[in-house]
Amino acid sequence: MWAMIVKEFRQLRRDRRTLAMMIVLPVLLLVVFGYAASFDVKSIPTVVAGRQAQQLPLPAPFHVVARAPGEGVAWAQDQLRDNRNGAALAVVTGARAVVLVDGSQLFTARDALTALAARSKQLPAGQAPVVRILYNPQLKTSYIMIPGLAGVVLAFIGIIITSLGVVRERQTGTLEQLAVMPLQPRDVFLGKIVPYFAVACVDLAIVLAVGVALFGVPFRGSYAVFGLGALLFLFVTLGLGVLISSVSENQGQAIQLSFMFTLPQVLLSGLIFPLTSIAAGVRWISYILPLTYFNEISRGVMLRAEPIGGLWQPLLFLALLGLIVMSLAMLRFRGFLSPAGTGGRRGGRTAAAPAVAAAGAGPDPAGTR
Amino acid sequence: MTGGPPVDGGGTVGSGGAAGDWPPVGGAAGGPGWWGTERVSVRYGRRLALDQVTFQARPGQVSAVVGGDGAGRSTLLRCLGGALAPSSGTVRRPPRRDVGYLPASSGIYPDLTVAENLAFRAAAYQLPAAVAAERSAAFLARAGLTAARDRLAGRLSGGMRQKLGVIAAMLTSPALLVLDEPTTGVDPVSRADLWSLIARAAADGAAVVVATSYLDEAERAAHVLVLDAGSQLAVGTPDQIVAAMPGQLRVSDTPPSDADRPYAWRRAGRWRIWDPGGAAVGPPAQPDLQDAVTVGILGRELAAARAGGLAGTAPRAGER
Repeated sequence: MWAMIVKEFRQLRRDRRTLAMMIVLPVLLLVVFGYAASFDVKSIPTVVAGRQAQQLPLPAPFHVVARAPGEGVAWAQDQLRDNRNGAALAVVTGARAVVLVDGSQLFTARDALTALAARSKQLPAGQAPVVRILYNPQLKTSYIMIPGLAGVVLAFIGIIITSLGVVRERQTGTLEQLAVMPLQPRDVFLGKIVPYFAVACVDLAIVLAVGVALFGVPFRGSYAVFGLGALLFLFVTLGLGVLISSVSENQGQAIQLSFMFTLPQVLLSGLIFPLTSIAAGVRWISYILPLTYFNEISRGVMLRAEPIGGLWQPLLFLALLGLIVMSLAMLRFRGFLSPAGTGGRRGGRTAAAPAVAAAGAGPDPAGTR
Repeated sequence: MTGGPPVDGGGTVGSGGAAGDWPPVGGAAGGPGWWGTERVSVRYGRRLALDQVTFQARPGQVSAVVGGDGAGRSTLLRCLGGALAPSSGTVRRPPRRDVGYLPASSGIYPDLTVAENLAFRAAAYQLPAAVAAERSAAFLARAGLTAARDRLAGRLSGGMRQKLGVIAAMLTSPALLVLDEPTTGVDPVSRADLWSLIARAAADGAAVVVATSYLDEAERAAHVLVLDAGSQLAVGTPDQIVAAMPGQLRVSDTPPSDADRPYAWRRAGRWRIWDPGGAAVGPPAQPDLQDAVTVGILGRELAAARAGGLAGTAPRAGER
């Protein structure tokens, strides 16, 4: 037994990434759960419209983010639909105040209704505001989870499965074979990711169909806008998958790294815990995670029929992130499809065989890459 | 096959300067039409894996690269195949589409069937479908794999998998066929099959380079490069390498004396004793390629030991 224990420790010591995971992951989980795992809504972003908009006092937890005395219910609805200033509640003053609650922000909406009920009790009879819950009138959890889970599926396929697919080539030794074949790195790169892209699209369609058919989740917005968001999100996740595979020696390492990229997305993207409930010290991470933006897009389109104009920020961010990640992934991919590094491309060369050069055999007569 | 070999010569062939007292052999310097390397060195970090290696593979011939573990065979073949860029020197090889390369790992997808592996190779090299189908069928028949065409490559025996790797590399009728240890771990019958395929490819006009650790296989080659610790120990035809062996070889049934022990090794149950000076008593034995290569490596080790003042730790008898 002692021999086994010593052997295991020796192997573990050499597999530094696993060792780091064993030490770092518990700390990471503790920090993420500790700071992010909160359903408590401390502040409810609120917009106020109507003639008395400037005068209406709103105590905590309501936090007024915009006042528009000249506007009415339509304006208030637009504010919630487009999630402007993160508004989750809209108050329209008048003879009898109307309060609109954004049901797509489930936990915020629930806390808002509790706070409103407590406040209404203090008002004289008949002056309690009319409360309307928009987008998710029954405050169903499935309404907000299904659009988010669609993103999780895409992240899973994009990051974990793609990284495994590429690293498998390395493990079986076929990557070296690909490197010497007359294929352009771009062709190999696209050839690797297009199948995963197609599978992810099918998965996405299934998740949405099941969500709509079984759980009754509405799809109120534009399929095109949703598709654009999904495309850009996949762009990022597939690129991340290739990047991870390019720094992983084997499938175990790829899974470990993918896990490191996927877990924070599930916990910090607003899928489970409201972004406003996540401690500010950790929340910045949320804003660099692609799933955060896909959640905004999918919930916005599916539940609130948010038009593209209201979603330009998350769409733009995903596009930029995708461009960066894909460029890095492509560069790495080119790297390991080039003749392996001995620093040789500085010193050695591959002779241009005269007969070949004369024949003009393709763009790479010398066989160099 | 497209793009024939270059018509200019240029490279020099012969043993490297680091071969101790081993004299140059071969030396048929760069005639017309060859693929290969000129003074190629490869460095992995601080380690010099190949040191100024010049090697020529001629169309229609099988050239063998032999050497012990860590000699640099795979490194040289990876350079020839295009998988590795040299740190210095020149690699002369045809365009990628005219190179067939079998890496040491066989380069086969274990989760594709035999036929699917060949189909992928044909498509990647843009072989017309009809040509691909015809060649696949012919090669499968030659390799005895027709019945296994729908089996997953990962479920083939080692020999069958190697045969598949070899015919996949040959499928495009390359001008340069680079095979890294195609017969390692393969049973004798499959080895014979593989050599039949290799000889056929050379007969069809390909320049074939085979890395092998089996010297009996190397003897079949028209041209042999012997590598030791990254540098070339000898190069030429098998006969040239044997003829150039310095000193004499004796065969004995009794163990060598203490004085002879650093120069002795056992082979097939008998002692073989190298006499560098050629003045030993007794009739000399006729060496073969295996003896010549062993003597070459032994001579180099003894020279290195002498240079380091470690004559007493020279290679021990019976270890080779």
